[in-house]
Amino acid sequence: MSGFRLNNGGHIDRERKLRFTFDGQPMTGYEGDSLASALLANGQETVARSFKYHRRRGIYAAGADEPNALVGLRHGARHEPNCRATGVELYDGLMAESQNRWPSLDFDIGAMNGLFSPFFVAGFYYKTFMGPTRHAWMFYEKFIRKAAGMGKASMEPDPDHYDARHAWCDVLVVGAGPAGLAAARSAADAGADVLLADELPVPGGSLLSETTKLDGKTSLEWTRREIATLTKTGRVHYLPRTTVYGYYDDNILGAVERVSDHHPLPQAGQPRHRHWTIKARRVVLATGALERPLVFANNDLPGVMLSGAVRSYANRYAVAAGRRVVIATTNDSGYRTAIDLAHAGVEVACLADARHEPPADLAAEAEGLAIPVRTGSTILAAEGRKAVTGAILTELDAEGRPHGKQESIRTDCLAVSGGWSPVIHLTAQAGGKPQYDAERGQFMPGEVLQDWQPAGAIGGADSLSEAWQQGLQAGSAAARDCGLTPSSETSAPEGLDSRKPGSTRLLFQVQGGKGKAFVDLQHDVTARDVRLAHQEGFVSVEHLKRYTTLGMAADQGKTSNINGLAMMASLLDVPLDVAGTTRFRPPYTPVSLGALAGRSTGTHFRPLRRTPLHDWHVEKGAVMVEVGLWQRPRAYPGEGESLIDAIRREARTVRERVGLTDVSTLGKIEIKGPDAPEFLDRVYSNRMGNLKVGRARYGLMLRTDGMVFDDGTLWRLEENRYLMTTTTGNAGGVMKHLEFLLAAVWPELKVHLVSVSDLWSGCAIAGPNSRAVLQTCVSGTELDNDSFRPMDVKAAEIDGAPVWIARLSYSGELAYEVYTPAPHGEAVWKNLLQSGKPQGIVPYGLEALGSLRIEKGHVAGPELDGRTTADDLGLGGLMSKKKHFLGEALARREAMLEADRPQLVGLVSGNGQPIPPGAQLLDSKTVREKEPPLDAQGHVSSPTYGAAIGKYIALALLHDGRARHGESLTASSPLTGEEVPVVVVSPHFYDPEGARMNA
Amino acid sequence: MHFSALSLARQALKGHRGWTRTWRALEQPKSHYDVIVVGGGGHGLATAYYLAKEHGITNVAVIEKGWIGGGNVGRNTTIVRSNYLLPQNNRFYEWGMKLWEGMSRDLNYNVMFSQRGVLNLAHSPAQLEGYMRRGNSMRINGIDAELLDRDQVARMVPGMDVSDKARFPVAGGLLQPRGGSARHDAVAWGYARGADSLGVDIIENCEVQGFLFEGDRIVGVDTVKGPVRAGKVGVAVAGNSSRVLAKAGFERLPIESHVLQAFVSEPLKPLIDTVVTFGAGHLYISQSDKGGLVFGGDLDGYNSYAQRGNLPIVQDVASMAVTLFPNLSRLRLLRHWGGVMDMSMDGSPIIDKSPKEGLYINAGWCYGGFKATPASGWCFAHTIARDEPHDLNAAFRLDRFRTGRTLDEKGAGPVPRLH
Amino acid sequence: MYLNCPFCGHRHLEEFTYEGDATISWPTLDSQDIGSWTDTVYQRRNPAGPHREYWQHVHGCRQFLIVERDTTTHSIHKVEVAGPWAGETAPRNTEAKQ
Repeated sequence: MSGFRLNNGGHIDRERKLRFTFDGQPMTGYEGDSLASALLANGQETVARSFKYHRRRGIYAAGADEPNALVGLRHGARHEPNCRATGVELYDGLMAESQNRWPSLDFDIGAMNGLFSPFFVAGFYYKTFMGPTRHAWMFYEKFIRKAAGMGKASMEPDPDHYDARHAWCDVLVVGAGPAGLAAARSAADAGADVLLADELPVPGGSLLSETTKLDGKTSLEWTRREIATLTKTGRVHYLPRTTVYGYYDDNILGAVERVSDHHPLPQAGQPRHRHWTIKARRVVLATGALERPLVFANNDLPGVMLSGAVRSYANRYAVAAGRRVVIATTNDSGYRTAIDLAHAGVEVACLADARHEPPADLAAEAEGLAIPVRTGSTILAAEGRKAVTGAILTELDAEGRPHGKQESIRTDCLAVSGGWSPVIHLTAQAGGKPQYDAERGQFMPGEVLQDWQPAGAIGGADSLSEAWQQGLQAGSAAARDCGLTPSSETSAPEGLDSRKPGSTRLLFQVQGGKGKAFVDLQHDVTARDVRLAHQEGFVSVEHLKRYTTLGMAADQGKTSNINGLAMMASLLDVPLDVAGTTRFRPPYTPVSLGALAGRSTGTHFRPLRRTPLHDWHVEKGAVMVEVGLWQRPRAYPGEGESLIDAIRREARTVRERVGLTDVSTLGKIEIKGPDAPEFLDRVYSNRMGNLKVGRARYGLMLRTDGMVFDDGTLWRLEENRYLMTTTTGNAGGVMKHLEFLLAAVWPELKVHLVSVSDLWSGCAIAGPNSRAVLQTCVSGTELDNDSFRPMDVKAAEIDGAPVWIARLSYSGELAYEVYTPAPHGEAVWKNLLQSGKPQGIVPYGLEALGSLRIEKGHVAGPELDGRTTADDLGLGGLMSKKKHFLGEALARREAMLEADRPQLVGLVSGNGQPIPPGAQLLDSKTVREKEPPLDAQGHVSSPTYGAAIGKYIALALLHDGRARHGESLTASSPLTGEEVPVVVVSPHFYDPEGARMNA
Repeated sequence: MHFSALSLARQALKGHRGWTRTWRALEQPKSHYDVIVVGGGGHGLATAYYLAKEHGITNVAVIEKGWIGGGNVGRNTTIVRSNYLLPQNNRFYEWGMKLWEGMSRDLNYNVMFSQRGVLNLAHSPAQLEGYMRRGNSMRINGIDAELLDRDQVARMVPGMDVSDKARFPVAGGLLQPRGGSARHDAVAWGYARGADSLGVDIIENCEVQGFLFEGDRIVGVDTVKGPVRAGKVGVAVAGNSSRVLAKAGFERLPIESHVLQAFVSEPLKPLIDTVVTFGAGHLYISQSDKGGLVFGGDLDGYNSYAQRGNLPIVQDVASMAVTLFPNLSRLRLLRHWGGVMDMSMDGSPIIDKSPKEGLYINAGWCYGGFKATPASGWCFAHTIARDEPHDLNAAFRLDRFRTGRTLDEKGAGPVPRLH
Repeated sequence: MYLNCPFCGHRHLEEFTYEGDATISWPTLDSQDIGSWTDTVYQRRNPAGPHREYWQHVHGCRQFLIVERDTTTHSIHKVEVAGPWAGETAPRNTEAKQ
């Protein structure tokens, strides 16, 4: 093939020359070129190597259907593999490279695979690579993985950013070809808000590939003027470079706008791509049609192209794909290509028309241009080594089989057309199964299950003028469906071709030529592979696809699916509609992951929650950790202090003096309403309805299945006002649970809930000196042991800030929780620390808090793992017998009452070593005598160093644990290689009588 | 015909004209079978294979509504692992793992089981401790598991953001080296070929329209191709369990059907060598032998039989992928699709006799059906052949919700979409 | 999917969470019948076709809605308010334009 630039025509700007490189070779093109048209114009024949056999491949199509020309673009962190050259707009400085070849495109070692091609048939890998050992595949697979794949991904983070938008419109028009432009116009004339999206950088679609003059202008001049008129109405928003790739439920469509790909770098403040989630009341699909190739021997040689693509390159880009073109067609497409080429001065050596009787007007026009036409003939095989050099033509019998004389004709560009397939992808995604129209020989949109209508080729329009008319009607109908009155004015530009095309002779494959005949060029699937699939019983279209990988490449089979299934239908001797199609899946063309992710990446991937005291923690050097989405301090190591030392110091200080910790992350729900006491009695397993004003109580909540759901405290602040606290992790879950019960199960209860988690800042002050600290700064309440008893809740003030104080202890020490409105949080916190200075107060973090609660035998997340009952945790006493509560019934199922359930116990390390986290508890016999699988007696849930006890301890869940205090077990952690002897004890290691907290 | 490099070479010389059908094309079922398996997916085909191979029951029909392997076995993310916490689960899946390791040779069909490791990332010390509990439970049950620190994770998976600045910094991970992936379609075809060669009839395009009972005892099924009688009927229809079993009089089951989406990128040269699961969201990612990155995400979250999902999950999966691997954002998603999951109420499967004599149920696989294929088929075959569960599936009872012996691997409670 | 919240108008799927089968009947708390509680908590009809189900407008008004939706096509037939405000709509919610 020897493509070259034509002197005239095309929608390119010859004033603006662009430099680019391909595999390092400097080349030039013009503004308006695609990378593919520029490569053709520079005479580049081979642009890629194929997936399996590494065969030379050239540019084949001009649009989204391109199967061959995948290249790598850009360098370093911006490198992008697998870019379709037909969709890449040329820019100055563009650097492209070929893929899947080594050491070079011209000399590729991988082409040796071709020698083994008799071996590499469809599914060959299912039949071999199984020996000599069971793991043999792992050896072969390495080579296969290396050979497979196409482009290489960058390993550096992408420096560009992406955007996401939602859009709402009356009418979304997909495709700005003649039908789409007309639909946008009539919908807008009726007053509809219209979004007009098109994958090309300029409007016009198929018009751009025609030489037709509209209203005396070139097609691009005309479509640009039309877009300007439409957008001036303010009702049409035109999105160029935007592919509507997916049709989802409820008329929501996904689209990606390639904002910056036509620039070397995104312009300042611009994203690279923008994702659009479009909710349209009505959709007009004007997505056009794609041309089908023919399957024949050596149909993959560079220089073999789709007929429409050859015409598109000539008319749109002013590039001749070759100097001496041979055309094989089954329909009018080949004539139009031949005629346009002849007008452009390109030699058409022969036009083979599979039909016996071509339309008289075209035949006459071809004759007038001295184009040699052979009817009843087609292409049997392409000839050539590196590129096509000849075409063997044959006559066809009535069944479409080659017969009669064959002749080889010299050529450097073989243009083929097997007919057109409407682009019905979005219609199928919308839910309608494609229907085969035997008369047209096309799969057409099936049942309309969402609010869309077709226009143009997918509506069965045969000419530009019919497409325009259909577009007008579709736009009007869509507007009418939106409650608008369409305008009665209809106009069409002068010059739209209204000629009804001739028929298509259905011919998918020409058998009998020598050489491989490819069905799926990108995946190297041949006609023989389809035959083999049939022979081996992979005859359903889905089996055919999966067995041969037909249609599964990056082009999703746009040029191959119909041919493949037609060949299978013919092997099965059934009509095409019986064979059916495989399911169309989004996206229509591949979509960048960046666009789909939009802005929700990196630190914006999930929200980050900070307590009102966050800045203070960070400033004081706290080691922060994420819990749920909250940032919480683990500990506050001092200068030169290790994390572990800091944790122990903090815990010890709480036990000996006083500490202050941030508990703002606890879930907080305010509850009001006359039925609140009844409601609370139903949702907590223990009595709550009788809680008195000014008192707090620990509460346990079960799930409906009787397992422990959450624990927390309930404060009755006023007669008709409760504050519920939940664990940090369950805050949202508890709120939702309660809301559900009120809405769905007990709508008769008059109760109102508000989540107030973020409104309050909370801290816990704990330690023998805590009362003394509060006494120096709290006003409005007495704090002595008689006035402020355990579980009392009182309103007070700290330096003018209103606070609620509850005497609650998690650590087992004398302790209070102090809640204040979030804006006062930091001031109250600082005030407490300042007031506590003489008492030796320290802030303590999550780790010390955890260690203190373990010593006290309080359960937390690791014990509340969703599989434990109240009784398992030693909280059976909180299952009230005086009332009924949610979860009660299923908590009495037989397995929930068995004696050998895991029960909460304490463990003490027997050898002075830490008890490994997540260790399994094994009895001594199991440890010594058996090979896995071993039966564990239980597991370590929360290990720590007990600062008050001076030993390594842990909470654990142990089968029948309460009856096993005193028993010796092994805490086994094969994962870390640790085995620690432990003794089972009560989980209440520290001050079991509670003397300290009640002091 | 036996498959091997040699037979392939011989056929290559003969233009591959000697290969025969992978399973026989049967238009019509016989009038009577010893066992009918309803559902020609992975589990149903594996069940038929093991009925024939392990129990000598060869008068078996697999009856399939469409074409075999067309359900979840053909639309999953192909991950195989046995890294479960609960011993009832991890012993079952580990038996499956052992069957996977011998599957290609057993079936004489290369299912491309690739043990490239399954890595679960932990993003906080507490999460890592949770994984340690799981890893230790695996190890004492004889399953391989390794704890990795952040640097080991970084070396194993280049390109991942392991920096402290990450939104969810990587604290470490739990690795099951023997985990990996397999070629999903080949599993269905391999079992079909194996079962067929042992005499099992595979009947496609044969929807079951009802079940035939004599009293409370099943005697066969009614199909679009007429009634077929059998002594025993096993139902393995995954997402369609409620639909099919309703025809046998099961008005309600502890199952909801949900849509789960899967995603594949354009083909790339080797990039991610391990199966990686994100610990701060629902994402798993691996690279297929063809080069596509395969992603799985969370359920869309509502009951569905539609095999199609919606954009929020598509976008969330992309967000997670790009957050974890910031070099992926220029790569392109090639295709995404949905499968219908039979989500059980505790997240664990059901392989059991049913209250109706001669009718057996295999369902409730949630996301985990693919990796379970061999063990599920093996245990279901045992349960059908012996009329009692094997030790390995003794816990997967249908009545466990009533007795309280639920197997809640995640501790999420009776909400199927949370498992 | 879009749900037409009777209070907030047409809103995108992202604002809602699915809360399960709305045809389940709940025993009163004094019922200790394990069978009927098992049915409520675990057993589902799981139909292919129209399904009455709860959704919560969790990132909106937080109301629980009863939605009738086809599980085979995802098309939505009806949206009602659940609970104490059943039957109510917000006064301003006319036939909202998407």
